[in-house]
Amino acid sequence: MMSLTLEGVVLIGALGLIVIGALGMAISNHLFRMLLALVLAESGANLLIVLSGYRVGASAPILGFGDPTAPMVDPVPQVLVLTAIVIGVGVQALAVALLLKVYRVYGTLNVRELRDRMDADVATAAGVEADASQDAPAGERPLPPVPAHASVGSGGFGRRGPVPFPPQSDERRP
Amino acid sequence: MRNLASLLFAGGLAFLLLTLLSQLAFGTPPMRVGSEILAVAPGEVGAANLVTAILLGYRGFDTLGELAILFAAATAAGVVLGRRRDDARRDPPGGEVLRTGADLLFPLLVVVGFYVIAHGHLTPGGGFQGGVILAAAFFVALLAQPARHLSHGLILWIEGLAGAAFILIGIWALVASGDFLAPLLGPGRMGELLSAGTLPLLSLAIGLKVGAELAGIMAHIADAEAPDT
Repeated sequence: MMSLTLEGVVLIGALGLIVIGALGMAISNHLFRMLLALVLAESGANLLIVLSGYRVGASAPILGFGDPTAPMVDPVPQVLVLTAIVIGVGVQALAVALLLKVYRVYGTLNVRELRDRMDADVATAAGVEADASQDAPAGERPLPPVPAHASVGSGGFGRRGPVPFPPQSDERRP
Repeated sequence: MRNLASLLFAGGLAFLLLTLLSQLAFGTPPMRVGSEILAVAPGEVGAANLVTAILLGYRGFDTLGELAILFAAATAAGVVLGRRRDDARRDPPGGEVLRTGADLLFPLLVVVGFYVIAHGHLTPGGGFQGGVILAAAFFVALLAQPARHLSHGLILWIEGLAGAAFILIGIWALVASGDFLAPLLGPGRMGELLSAGTLPLLSLAIGLKVGAELAGIMAHIADAEAPDT
């Protein structure tokens, strides 16, 4: 397919970053790790776009640097990637803000625990048994206890306990 | 089961991407607009950094949309995180070494940030990169001393004025030359600090706006310790 030059290695690396990021998003159970995987995939995509403007033996698209007779790489993908990076930063900032909010309310970023707690909250708000949800486990399994502070959460997000819960939610839970 | 499905998915994705890439003419880009711009831009815009020439000279309207997206994200983050209560607990400040290091680093980062912004049309860099460095100066200060208050009002003013300046320069170009955000004032002498027309001004506006926006997001996140729900 292609001889393994340095460019080929970088190309495969960009592809690998995308695949690792997608795999991380699919496998991970932790919302913050999902975000990190998204960042990885995004870097891979950016690298791929920059590489699409690569020209063999060319210099950077800046006049006055390097060999003036050499051709220059295509600057348009670089500009597109500049845009993509900035938008990526915006997306990440918004995602982190949402994660902070979720963590503050539910005390965990683990997807399964989050689902259990949200189910319980929804059931309480609707005035039905928590087990009434079709996703609820059969039998008498109790919900995991709400951690008093952050160290119980699965990911170590936040180094000490900044999560005082709304007191009424503790009374609602069995 | 889920992991197995995910692995299969990733393998399929890798296969598809490899198939696409194997047909790509790597090293000889088929796009022609790039080489056209490379031939025309030095005379038309006069910026030594052709990436900046495209970003602000040919794709200025796109850059405005990008600023709008960043603004929307910053605003949404602020809305999601909300306002902190006055009596909420703050993180304790960092140690002596961290605080002194942050204080020492702050002016250096600000100078480097403005340097990168001002030389965006000559060397690698520009408004976005310099703006992020400017914001990093405030990140360091906030991380070392979380109790230090960053004025949201001031940040909003800088952000708004910079955004307005960007649009006003665009309208000025619309009136003067008939094209929104077209480079004005002539290309000048290539490689000088005051060259490439209005590009340095646009760079400065972008840098201030990006720096203020990111610093604002950081301030919101730092403020978000307090439960206000």
